[in-house]
Amino acid sequence: MKKSVILGALTVAGLAASAAVAGTMDDVKARGKLNCGVTTGLVGFAAPDANGEWQGFDVGVCRAVAAAVLGDPKAVEFVPTTGKTRFTALASGEIDMLARNTTWTFSRDVDLKFEFTGINYYDGQGFMVPKDLGVGSAKDLDGATVCIQTGTTTELNLADFFRSNNISYEPVPIETNAEAQQQYLAGACDVYTTDASGLAATRATFEDPSAHVVLPEIVSKEPLGPLVRHGDNDWGDVVRWSLNALIAAEELGVTSANIAELSAAPTNNPEVNRLLGTEGNLGEMLGLDAEWAKRAIMAGGNYGELFEKNIGENTPIGLARGLNAQWKNGGLIYTPPFR
Amino acid sequence: MSDQSIAFVRHETLPPSPPPASETGIVKWMRENLFSSVTNSILTLAALYTVYSILSGSMPWILGGIWQAPSLQACREILAGDSAGCFAVLTERWHQLIFGFKYPQEAYWRPTLAFVLLIVAVAPVLFANLPRRMLILTGLYPFIGFWLIWGGTIMAPLMGLVGFIVAYIVFQRLERSSFAMGVLGGLVAAIIVWTLGGYVSDAMSGFLALEQIPSRDMGGFMLNIILGTVCVSLSLPIGILLALGRQSNMPIIKIICVVFIEFIRGVPLITLLFVANVVLAYFLPPGTTFDLILRVIIMITMFSSAYIAEVIRGGLAALPRGQYEAGDSLGLDYAQSMRLIILPQALKISIPGIVNVAVGLFKDTTLVSVISMFDLVGMIRGPILASTEWNGVYWELFGFASLLFFIICYGISQYSQWLERQLATDHR
Repeated sequence: MKKSVILGALTVAGLAASAAVAGTMDDVKARGKLNCGVTTGLVGFAAPDANGEWQGFDVGVCRAVAAAVLGDPKAVEFVPTTGKTRFTALASGEIDMLARNTTWTFSRDVDLKFEFTGINYYDGQGFMVPKDLGVGSAKDLDGATVCIQTGTTTELNLADFFRSNNISYEPVPIETNAEAQQQYLAGACDVYTTDASGLAATRATFEDPSAHVVLPEIVSKEPLGPLVRHGDNDWGDVVRWSLNALIAAEELGVTSANIAELSAAPTNNPEVNRLLGTEGNLGEMLGLDAEWAKRAIMAGGNYGELFEKNIGENTPIGLARGLNAQWKNGGLIYTPPFR
Repeated sequence: MSDQSIAFVRHETLPPSPPPASETGIVKWMRENLFSSVTNSILTLAALYTVYSILSGSMPWILGGIWQAPSLQACREILAGDSAGCFAVLTERWHQLIFGFKYPQEAYWRPTLAFVLLIVAVAPVLFANLPRRMLILTGLYPFIGFWLIWGGTIMAPLMGLVGFIVAYIVFQRLERSSFAMGVLGGLVAAIIVWTLGGYVSDAMSGFLALEQIPSRDMGGFMLNIILGTVCVSLSLPIGILLALGRQSNMPIIKIICVVFIEFIRGVPLITLLFVANVVLAYFLPPGTTFDLILRVIIMITMFSSAYIAEVIRGGLAALPRGQYEAGDSLGLDYAQSMRLIILPQALKISIPGIVNVAVGLFKDTTLVSVISMFDLVGMIRGPILASTEWNGVYWELFGFASLLFFIICYGISQYSQWLERQLATDHR
C-alpha cells in the first residue's frame, strides 16, 4: 500500500516535470536568474577567477543569453557539471541551458532529446606526445598507452580511429583534464588525447612546452555548442539567436566599443539596424524587447572579442582562429541573416 | 679523636665514577637501539640514507618555494629554471581553498566564528572535566552555527530550537507513562511547533537577519568540515538506534534495521552520492530545490550510521550477558537499562571503532567533488587548476590539502587514544 503511494507520487512528480518544461523563458524571467550549466573548470572556456567570478568563452555565451533575456549579464547562476552529470542536469530541469563545450552528435541530439542551438567552437580531437617519443604521426602509435577522459566523445573517437587503422592501444581512463596533465607528465601514458583546444591549453602550462608536440592528425569533428531540452522551441530560439547575434555582430563590425554609437540612431546598414533593434521588430518576435541583441553583445563583446579575450592568440592558451574564423575569412563561423 | 691505631677510615663514600663511555647517554642508546647487531646496523644505515635522500630532495623544494607571484608562469620566471615549489597559489587562492569560490568575502568572519564556536561547543562533550554548564552552548550550537553559516533571519533556527524544547518538555511529561508514548508525543509536538514556526519566521524574515547564503555557494575545506561534523554527529545517535533495533526482539523493527544496514553497507558511497545528485533530480518536480548539501548530508549520514551501527553492535555483543540480566533484576525497563547500564559500557568498548568510522567519513567527504560540489579537492581539481594562472600546479595544492586533512584526522585519533586511557576503569 505504502509503496504504491510512493510510486504514485513519483509518477505525478514525473508528469509535473514534463508538463512544466514548456515555459523555460517564463521560468527564467520569474526566477530572475538564468541557470546555466558549465564545466567544473576548463582553461579558457569556463573557470572562476580569484574573486569567484566565472570567466571564459562558454561563460560568455551564458552571460549573453542572460543579458538578452533578463537585461543583466550577471544574472546567471552557474551550475558546474561534470562530463557525467551534465545531461541529467539539463534533462531534469536543474539548468535551463548547457554551455559546456559539448559536442553536437546525432545521438545526443536525437536520442537524448536535446536541441543544439548552434556551434560556438569548431574543435577536433588531436594527440599530444612527448618529443622524445619520436613519433611523427598518430598512425605510428601502435601499442601506446593513451590518457583519455571517460564519458566523452573523445573516448569513442579514439576507439574508432585505432580500429580503422588496425593498430592497438591501451587506454588510461581519467576523470578531469587536470588529472590527465599530471598523468601524462608523470609518464603514466605515452599519449594524451582530447580536443585540440584542450591540448593547446594544456601544453601551454607545461614547464617546457617545446618538449611536447601535437600530432598533425585531427581524428574527429567536434562541433561544440550550447544546448537546451527538446520541446521548448521558444527558449531554444532565444539561445540560438543570442549566439547568432554575437556572431553577426562580428561579421557586421559591431563591437562593444562602437555599439553605443551604432544603436543610438539607425545607421546606413539595415541589418545592423535590425540586429540592434533600431529598425524592425525582431526582438518582439522572440518575445523579448527591441534591445535584446544589443545587451547580449554588450555583455562581453561580439564573438571575435569573446574569442580574443578568453582563448585567442594573446592569451596563454593562444588558439588561432582557424576553423573558427568568420566565413568571410575562410572559417566556418556563419550565422543565418537577421531579417 | 686521638686514637692513631686505626690507620684510615673513610667517612664519606667515594664519588661514583662515571660509567664507561660506551654504557652511557646517547652512545648507549644508539648501541642498544640502532646498532645492536649487524643486521640492525645495516637497516639503520639504510633508513638514514632513505630519510636523507627524501629530505635533501624535498627540503630545498619546500624552503626555496615562491610565496608571492601572480601566476605559475611568473613563478617559473622567478625561479629561472630552479626546481622549487610555487606556493604563491596558496597565498593567492587560500580563501577559495578554505571557503569556496562563491562565499562572499565580506562574510568570511561568519564561518570562521562558527568554527571557533564549534571548538568551544564540542569541548565539554569531549573533555568531561570542563564545567558542565558549557553543555548549554553545545545544545545551542547547531542553531547558532546554522544561522552564522547560512544566514537569513535568526527566527528560523530559533523556531527549530523552540520545537526541540517543546518536544523535550512533552517527552518528559509523557515519559512516566511509557517511553514510546513520550517519543511519539514529543515528535508530534515538535512538528506542530516547526510548522507554526515556519509561518512566524517567514513573516519576520528581516528580523536579525544576516545576508542569506545559498548552499550552492559553500565550498572549500569549510564544506568538508560542515559535512564531516554534521554527518558524524547525526550518524552517532542514528547508529545507536539501528544497533539496538538490530538486537531487538520485535521482528519488524529488527528486519527494517537489518535490511537498512545491509543494503547501505553493500552499496559504495559514491553510488549514493550520484543518487543524491542525479537520480533524485528526476523524481522531484522542477522548481523544487531540494538543497543539494542536505541531500548529500542525508546520504552520507545514512552511510556512516550503518557502519557505526555495526561497530556499536560489536560493543553490545561484547558485554557479558550478566549486565543485561542485572538491568532486568533491578526492575529497569528497556529504555532505562539501555541508558543507564548497557550503552555506557558498550559505547566505551566501541570508541576505537567509532573514531575509525569518523576519520574515514571525514576523508570520504572529498568524494563530493565527483558530483560537482566544490569541496577542498573539488576546488583544486576544478576552478583552480582550470584557471589560466594556476593550470599545472599540483604538488603544492594537494600537499596543502593533505596537510589540512592530516591535522584534523591526527587530532581525532590522538583524542580517542586519550579518551580510552581516561575511560580505562578495568585494571589489565
